[in-house]
Amino acid sequence: MGPNRPPGGAPPPNETARLVAMLRLMHRIRAFEREAVAAMRSGEAPGVVHASIGQEAVAAGVCLHLRRTDRITSNHRGHGHALAKGADARAMMLELYGRAGGACGGKGGSMHIADFSVGMLGANGVVGAGIPIACGAAQGLKLLRQDAIVACFFGDGAVNRGPFLEGLNWAALYRLPVLFVCEDNGFAAFTRTAEATAGAGAAARAEAIGVPALSVDGTDALAVDAAAAELVAAIRAGGGPRLLHARCYRWEGHTGTDPAAYRPAEEVAAARERDPIRRLAEALAGRGVDAGEIAAIAAEAEAEMRAHREAARAAPPPDLAAAFADVQDIGAPAPCRA
Amino acid sequence: MPRLTFAEATRRALAAEMRRDPTVWALGEDLGRGGIFGQYRGLAEEFGPERIVSTPISEACIMGAGLGAALVGTRPVIEMRIADFTLCAMDELVSQIAKVRYMFGGQGRARLVVRMPGGMWRNSAAQHSQCLEAWLVHVPGLVVAAPGTAQDAASLLKAAIRCDDPVVLMESKNLWTAEGEVEEDAPPAEFGRARIARQGGEVTVVTWAASVPVVEAAAERSGVSAEVIDLRSLWPWDEAAVVASAARTRRLLVVHEAVTVGGFGAEVVARVIERLGPGGLRAVERLGAPRAPVPFAPVLEDAVRATPERVAEAIRRVAAA
Repeated sequence: MGPNRPPGGAPPPNETARLVAMLRLMHRIRAFEREAVAAMRSGEAPGVVHASIGQEAVAAGVCLHLRRTDRITSNHRGHGHALAKGADARAMMLELYGRAGGACGGKGGSMHIADFSVGMLGANGVVGAGIPIACGAAQGLKLLRQDAIVACFFGDGAVNRGPFLEGLNWAALYRLPVLFVCEDNGFAAFTRTAEATAGAGAAARAEAIGVPALSVDGTDALAVDAAAAELVAAIRAGGGPRLLHARCYRWEGHTGTDPAAYRPAEEVAAARERDPIRRLAEALAGRGVDAGEIAAIAAEAEAEMRAHREAARAAPPPDLAAAFADVQDIGAPAPCRA
Repeated sequence: MPRLTFAEATRRALAAEMRRDPTVWALGEDLGRGGIFGQYRGLAEEFGPERIVSTPISEACIMGAGLGAALVGTRPVIEMRIADFTLCAMDELVSQIAKVRYMFGGQGRARLVVRMPGGMWRNSAAQHSQCLEAWLVHVPGLVVAAPGTAQDAASLLKAAIRCDDPVVLMESKNLWTAEGEVEEDAPPAEFGRARIARQGGEVTVVTWAASVPVVEAAAERSGVSAEVIDLRSLWPWDEAAVVASAARTRRLLVVHEAVTVGGFGAEVVARVIERLGPGGLRAVERLGAPRAPVPFAPVLEDAVRATPERVAEAIRRVAAA
């Protein structure tokens, strides 16, 4: 089952503006992650980053259909999801650098970016762990009679973990407003999806549980956009959960330090040829968007993220008291003796 | 005050909290049928299936969904059915619930309760009898309580539901049908405040959960003036009360149903010695289970249990040392 591309003909002007916004978002995600990977590789930023470069159409195509009051849960490769949901890019970059003012006060880092103020309930360092959390968020929202849905991003590796089965069953059983988004970038860490996943994959597994699913080319921004529109509308109409299986390709290694020598260079080059950003830009040019405007969008995104990185470099470290704060109120830890 | 079973005391406490706060709800297997120990009996009829949620056997999702629901502003009571089944949801409890507030820099709060009916009961053997409180006390972010009286079962549940931290309640299966006087309107318990179950001057005996009545009975028959301290909560725990008593008696015994090795008794003993100094005690002992799984046959189960006889012997041994 696959969605139809938007019908031909001149789109309404606001539709073009919406797609331009999607392009801007995708550029911002890519620019953020290029700075993040460079910061990590140079040793400026501690820890590791998992970049979603090449997958931007999935985060953008889904989140542009969400409202601020909707929630998302994300995974370890979550910068794009956070930015797409409206998280503060400056605070995210400060967090990657482990600096004061970071999105999590320097206590989470790249793998635990969260911005509850825009409904981003957190990236997650454990594969599949965001799935039950998303289900519960939807259940809680339903109990509170709040008109909001939850989108749950996970990778192809997550479909082999128990929480995937448990969560889909749960969401279907209680008819919860959850959009499961399997971002299938071809690799679970260093292992190809096909070597790790039996059967026909995420969409087939979802259908077997009674969760209607769509499969799309996740590098085709317009296809993701159309599929997400259809699925989100069905969920908002009270139809219960849906799953979007978006096939894409992870341009970078598993982490910023993984040279990904387990795959041929030609394969990566071919994936880059299918660059979702370039293709969306071409589609917009075909719709009459000015080439200068398209180029400016890219330049602005790069300038924005460079500035965030400069700010992160210059920012002070967190106050050491933060190490002992926000553990728990009852039985809070005593700070270490100096 | 009425005499209530532990199950009934907690049932009434939960109902009262659910009437008081519409964001409180419970989820777990067979809750609509009253829960396996009757601790939810009648609640589905009063509160409906949306607030007393009968779930699939799906521990990871029960735990994880509880967290998700807490993050959007509800206060779930997560029922694990049998404490051992929590092991199917340890990532959700240890790496998600306990960490969420901290690792997101204070953005999210896991205002939830995890009820874990644990310990030996009706010869349930190795996978339905474990006491794993030491595992959870070890995890920053969690409050851990272990009621040993019907009153505390109710008062600690109320406190747990109102608490802004995630609270694990180590309930004892063997106590569900035990009765005690319960003041239903009693205020929520205070975490970290122990109860002196029996006053005495010769030996300080520290215990919790299902071992509380065992130790009280043993103290009676020991012929020793034993001070019995029911910790009630394990994190935080009432170090001051234990240290004060041990400083007086200078003889300390810790009794728990869990395996002795690496058990919470080790923490209690270590802290008392840190506080009183290496010469601060004349005698110290831990009495728990040997490092063996819990066996099935009653005679074998008794062999790994801290029975009243063994506890009484230990009290006398520590008193005489």
